[in-house]
Amino acid sequence: MQVNNGYQPKIVAFCCNWCSYAGADLAGNNRLAYPENVKIIKVPCSCRVNPMFILRAFQRGADGVILCGCHPGDCHYTSGNYYTRRRMALLFSMLNFLGIEKERTRVEWVSAAEGAKFAATMNEFCETVAALGENKRLEDLRCKR
Amino acid sequence: MQRIGVFVCWCGSNIAGTVDVEAVSEALKSEPGVVFSTNYQYMCSQAGQDIIKNAIAEHKLTGIVVCSCSPRMHEATFRKTAAAAGLNPYMVEIANIREQCSWIHKDMATGTEKAIILGKAAVAKVNLNAPLTPGESPVTKRALVIGGGIAGIQTALDIADAGFPVDIVETKPTIGGKMAQLDKTFPTLDCAACILTPKMVDVAQHENIRIFSYSEVVEVGGFVGNFDVKIKKKARYVKEDVCTGCGICTEKCPMKKAPNEFNMGMDNRPAVYIPFAQAVPKVATIDPNYCNMLKNGKCGLCAKVCTAGAIDYTQKDEIIEEKYGAIVAATGFNPISMDKFDEYAYNQSKDVITSLEFERLTNAAGPTAGKLLRPSDGEHPHTIVFVQCVGSRCAACAEKGKEYCSKICCMYTAKHAMLTRDKYPDTDVYVFYIDVRTPGKSFDEFYRRAVEEYGVHYIKGMVGKVSPEGNKLMVQASDLLANKQLHIEADLVVLAAAIEPDKSARPLATMLTASMDTNDFFTEAHPKLRPVESPTAGVFLSGTCQGPKDIPETVSQASAAAAKVIGLLAKDKLTGNPCVAHSDELMCNGCSSCERVCPYGAITYVDKEFRMPDRTTAIRRVASVNTAVCQGCGACTVACPSGAMDLNGFKNAQIMAEVDAICK
Amino acid sequence: MQKVTSELLVKKASELLENGTVTRVLGWKKGEFSYDLTPAVFESGEELIKDFVFSDFSGANFSKYLIKETKKADGKVLVFLKPCDSYSFNQLLTEHRFDREKVYAIGIPCEGMADVDKIKKNVGDGIIDIISDGDRIVVKTLYDGDKEIAADDVKAERCIVCKSKKCVAYDELLGDNGEVIDSERFDEVEKLEKMTDDERFAFWQNELSRCIRCNACRDVCPACTCEKCVFDNPKSGVENKAISDSFEEKMFHIIRAFHVAGRCTDCGECSRVCPQGIPLHLLNRKFIKDINEFYGEYQAGAEIGSRAPLVNYTLDDIEPVDAVKKGEADNA
Repeated sequence: MQVNNGYQPKIVAFCCNWCSYAGADLAGNNRLAYPENVKIIKVPCSCRVNPMFILRAFQRGADGVILCGCHPGDCHYTSGNYYTRRRMALLFSMLNFLGIEKERTRVEWVSAAEGAKFAATMNEFCETVAALGENKRLEDLRCKR
Repeated sequence: MQRIGVFVCWCGSNIAGTVDVEAVSEALKSEPGVVFSTNYQYMCSQAGQDIIKNAIAEHKLTGIVVCSCSPRMHEATFRKTAAAAGLNPYMVEIANIREQCSWIHKDMATGTEKAIILGKAAVAKVNLNAPLTPGESPVTKRALVIGGGIAGIQTALDIADAGFPVDIVETKPTIGGKMAQLDKTFPTLDCAACILTPKMVDVAQHENIRIFSYSEVVEVGGFVGNFDVKIKKKARYVKEDVCTGCGICTEKCPMKKAPNEFNMGMDNRPAVYIPFAQAVPKVATIDPNYCNMLKNGKCGLCAKVCTAGAIDYTQKDEIIEEKYGAIVAATGFNPISMDKFDEYAYNQSKDVITSLEFERLTNAAGPTAGKLLRPSDGEHPHTIVFVQCVGSRCAACAEKGKEYCSKICCMYTAKHAMLTRDKYPDTDVYVFYIDVRTPGKSFDEFYRRAVEEYGVHYIKGMVGKVSPEGNKLMVQASDLLANKQLHIEADLVVLAAAIEPDKSARPLATMLTASMDTNDFFTEAHPKLRPVESPTAGVFLSGTCQGPKDIPETVSQASAAAAKVIGLLAKDKLTGNPCVAHSDELMCNGCSSCERVCPYGAITYVDKEFRMPDRTTAIRRVASVNTAVCQGCGACTVACPSGAMDLNGFKNAQIMAEVDAICK
Repeated sequence: MQKVTSELLVKKASELLENGTVTRVLGWKKGEFSYDLTPAVFESGEELIKDFVFSDFSGANFSKYLIKETKKADGKVLVFLKPCDSYSFNQLLTEHRFDREKVYAIGIPCEGMADVDKIKKNVGDGIIDIISDGDRIVVKTLYDGDKEIAADDVKAERCIVCKSKKCVAYDELLGDNGEVIDSERFDEVEKLEKMTDDERFAFWQNELSRCIRCNACRDVCPACTCEKCVFDNPKSGVENKAISDSFEEKMFHIIRAFHVAGRCTDCGECSRVCPQGIPLHLLNRKFIKDINEFYGEYQAGAEIGSRAPLVNYTLDDIEPVDAVKKGEADNA
């Protein structure tokens, strides 16, 4: 996908092992394309994602961070994504409070059957972040190449 | 420093078609720690696996990265390959360059670039991997079933038949539960006692089953495969092994004013009693609340008439300690209290009864010997009104009742209505309902028979008020389909009271660290895929303690739970998942945040002595993870502010390294 | 009502030391100037008489000190708890951070503390002494003689919007207990929420870029009681600190606020001690405000053993995307 004269946002996607990572695999199985600048990191459960990882990604130059987990009620560990939901609601609200564009962060529930949703979500998220341009507000100057 | 080998798979043209595999293996060569990098057509093939094995030996690799298909496909394969070559299987990381790269990107240049970055992230992670060994724990080959109703009975029988010893703990003096109180069962109308009591006898006679009746679980420690349970055997003041169940004591007992629980308090029983004729164990129990001898030392008649010498007024509660490999909760249900439902006049009139009381009234062994008679005056009722959904399907905001559907009421009400009309054709029978729910084998046919063949008046609408007037009950109701108000002069009103989990379930769940929903039903490990397991490993669910169920469903679930227990007990050792949480005691604050988010109750706290920098010692409370119970979700790692809690295989540092590699 | 004075507290503490109820007293000690009080441990009546001070500058919250102090020796520690301190006290008990049996807590009423920086701004340099007399404060200066100002004009911000005058934990209470106050403490947060992204970013960039990472906010915070802070731990990978106006400070402050979210009692110590005058309490208050709005009113430390919102959930919690919108739309 070419947006903004070739500018492609850097996206880090944390995916839970049981639903969303499988959903991403399914997108692959069905050859549903999404931008190559989306890179997935596998975690056992969305509740494994520490806010520190998200800030770290921004600090090191990510333009958007998305967290994908099982739909509420479907967590492999029964309650993990409920904690995720609270943590991220508060964290993202705080980032917004600090003036960081709210469109750069996202939580999306993607089941193992939702390959199409995974691809569509990534396409849409990339477009949204691309429209914002580079993330300047959270980057760390020392981490600039 | 690790010595890492990188193996890039072509997957035929699946990967190689859009990813320049040669460029990937070349690029990863210069990553920190990488000492060997190659690519091959099919890494998962025997030849491919040999390449990996040989490289591990030749280059003394301490970790490997396979750039291939999804780890969901072949992670297990490559872990085995590594293990076969003497490398710890958890030193393997997979870079998913097929499903998440080559298959979705068309352009060779960008696909290759992404594959390289994914490879770098995997290398960065493997640099921080540490060998992991799954923990092993032994399994005590004995199961505990808590609750001796039909659910507990079926579970126990199935486990015992598979050859494992089972203990049943039942709070009542006999097993049998609610089913023993029922008259006939829908939709086949066979008598409950005829199908239940033989099973109770089977339980009593089974060499692998012990029954702790009149007992309760008071403490549960340990974890899957190794539970330590304390059971309190309440004093029944009768030596269980001596009593022959002849019943002479119950006949002679002069104190006959105790409400008979088995008949829902509709008649009385003696202070020394056997709940019903087919009770198992068939031994007498003295009720200390009514026995004159126990209350004030005056009487002692039962001891005199007992030829076996079984009466023992000095008996004390006894604590039994036992080890179990698995625990099944089968604590069952109760009808909810009708105290808050004044509109139905339950507490004002004896002729307003619950369905379970109706069940006793029609049971041949009940207080009326099976004759349908009004509790108030013993007259035969002519007009009978059944009210469904009493306390079921209430609005969430309502102060009384339950939000859920109790599931069994539609069917048993149809049964009651049908049987009444069958036996007493002179009666008028009305059923008020919101909806009639009859999904189940032969259920709808059964309900339709009640309406079509037996002439039961089914009226869609709710009863607004029941007012006792003289010896009649004035029932005011609405008929929603005819859109009119009805006034029925009834002789008997039967309330289909909602069912709720037994009160003992909540404290039991706390002991088991098993989770419950807001209604105090036990939660399943997965609502669809693991419906008979609790999220707490080694704890299983049987019957209505998990949710409202009828008998066929209860029995199926009971057998399913038994199958799960057998599967567990059949193992000699439990091998854990090594990707579990662990706490760095030096950093742990003991604040309990991790314990509170753990869905498995895997975290406990211990007081430990630490040497302080000034050479003194201090006792600190620190978290300790039971690796046999932890499932590795990682919820605790984020709840922990100090980072003392970390997750093997997905350590903070590892994930951060991946983030760094991707964002670079 | 009994007025709480230094003398009264010294008398009380001396009694308790003498009759053996306690062996140490946590209290405020005279500093170089009468207004720079420092927390100290007193072990005798003489020490108390010599150095113990309770005044408009006794803002320091001692709850956190109990963690170390109770472990140091046998015998009980006496601690004075102002209402806001008592919330921290309970929160630490909820987190099992010290042994309640080893503490004797005296609840004391508080009419609000004075802000030295406000006084300095008001009267200028050269302050040699500050004497409080109820509603009026007399400031003795080196160059301009005595100056008198209204106590209300120099009240600390956290005391102006005080959330509670109720001591929620004590063994003994001096004076009458107050009530929880429906305060306007979230007004400042709301003001920021109403700004645009750019304005908010500019505001925080300006504030947080002044951070010198002295860690005073963390060290004083009664919720930041980790045995080892992630930001001090080389193993955590985030321990590096640097003076630069880029992201590092934001990371530190966001994570710190997140770590104490649901546990922070809003005592305001972080802002009090910040040498750079950064309004750090606004970060915590944003979390508290969000928690109240998303998950229902919750006051950390109000009850011992309560389940903090971040280690809890309901099945129908607000989705993050809606939460973020709610966080600003309510006030936009």
